[in-house]
Amino acid sequence: MRIRINGDTHEVDVDVRTSLLDLLREHLGLTGSKKGCDHGQCGACTVLINGRRINSCLTLAVMHDDDEIVTIEGLGSPAALHPLQAAFVRHDGFQCGYCTPGQICSAVGMLDEVAKGWPSLVSEPGTDAVALTDEEIRERMSGNLCRCSAYPNIVDAIRDVAGAGA
Amino acid sequence: MREFEFTRATSLDGAAEQFASGGEAAFIAGGHTLLPAMKSRLRMPDRLIDITGIPGLDRIERDGDRLWIGATARHATVADDATVKSAIPSLAKLALLIGDPQVRNRGTLGGSITNNDPAADYPAACLALDATIETTGGRYQADDFFLGMFTTALADGEIVTRVGFRLPQAGAYAKFRHPASRYAMVAVYVARFVDGWRVAVTGAAPAVFRWTGAEAALAAGQPTDGLLLDPSELNSDIHASAEYRAHLCTVMLAKAVAELV
Repeated sequence: MRIRINGDTHEVDVDVRTSLLDLLREHLGLTGSKKGCDHGQCGACTVLINGRRINSCLTLAVMHDDDEIVTIEGLGSPAALHPLQAAFVRHDGFQCGYCTPGQICSAVGMLDEVAKGWPSLVSEPGTDAVALTDEEIRERMSGNLCRCSAYPNIVDAIRDVAGAGA
Repeated sequence: MREFEFTRATSLDGAAEQFASGGEAAFIAGGHTLLPAMKSRLRMPDRLIDITGIPGLDRIERDGDRLWIGATARHATVADDATVKSAIPSLAKLALLIGDPQVRNRGTLGGSITNNDPAADYPAACLALDATIETTGGRYQADDFFLGMFTTALADGEIVTRVGFRLPQAGAYAKFRHPASRYAMVAVYVARFVDGWRVAVTGAAPAVFRWTGAEAALAAGQPTDGLLLDPSELNSDIHASAEYRAHLCTVMLAKAVAELV
């Protein structure tokens, strides 16, 4: 199959059982996306598919041959960090760092959802512009767990970038 | 996961043909229940048929007093769809209460109701909103569709194509989320129609059910705070005892009635 990841096209020969996460990690060496629970509960494997954040452990690679996939490796590099990566460093938005790639991919998807005016349980019904309060950020990032509990700093980092209009 | 053959269907007829071509087959759309079940070998299909490429299966449209939502419509799409939000705002809110954002970007209406998890959200909407469930084999009323825990009236190879929710005069869904899994510990959907009330409860018992005592009380204009479901019919597990769930049902009922829109 052919698959588009971070702007590159890869020709891969995979067993149909391969999850998108295993394809990234085991076949393409893109080990930024992490395997936490492998059951769609922790969010460590979050990637963007056509701009929407999903759990890459809960989908088969073969279902994505027409899709544009972006992983943490495609967002920035050590020399040129994505604004969210820089903000996570600045605000110390991690302890062990295992959940961080998923947190950052999820936050990228989340800020795009906010820009499109997607609702959340926290936003006031009928309002178009979403005010990104801390409560709103927590609800919208609820799919990403951090067992070190770096949540306050994660929220700070995301608020920082959202406030800068990124 | 056990080995399987992966095929794609581009039409409902094609999907049926592939299903019938030998061995145990399963359909996949969002895969958010099926893939975990296959990873733990609770499900071991010989063939997996991807139905997400079938045109029109995710359409959302209003037709008279019904809102039709296609089986492969994703939860996030339903939650933000202008037609859903104007026709049945309580249904858009229910979609927003499913799982977390990543799950809502992938999971589908058809998958949720065919799985019929005892704590799933959409089965409650189907029951309370007197839904018509359209399949490749015919039509079911929601009252005849949800048979029991993880069990529906669907025959092997039958595919849900769309669900027609009847527009209520007012509706509300009150859910007590498990704080970690976000499944319903208990959730109650209340809908008022011109010809009566419908109340559906999920998360409390082996399967979704209608709370006829609450429907009668609401129809008679009587208070509901004295109503209590029989705990011997409800679930007890590590998250909550049956007695606690019975109490939560009464509380969620009151919350839904107070939030009717």
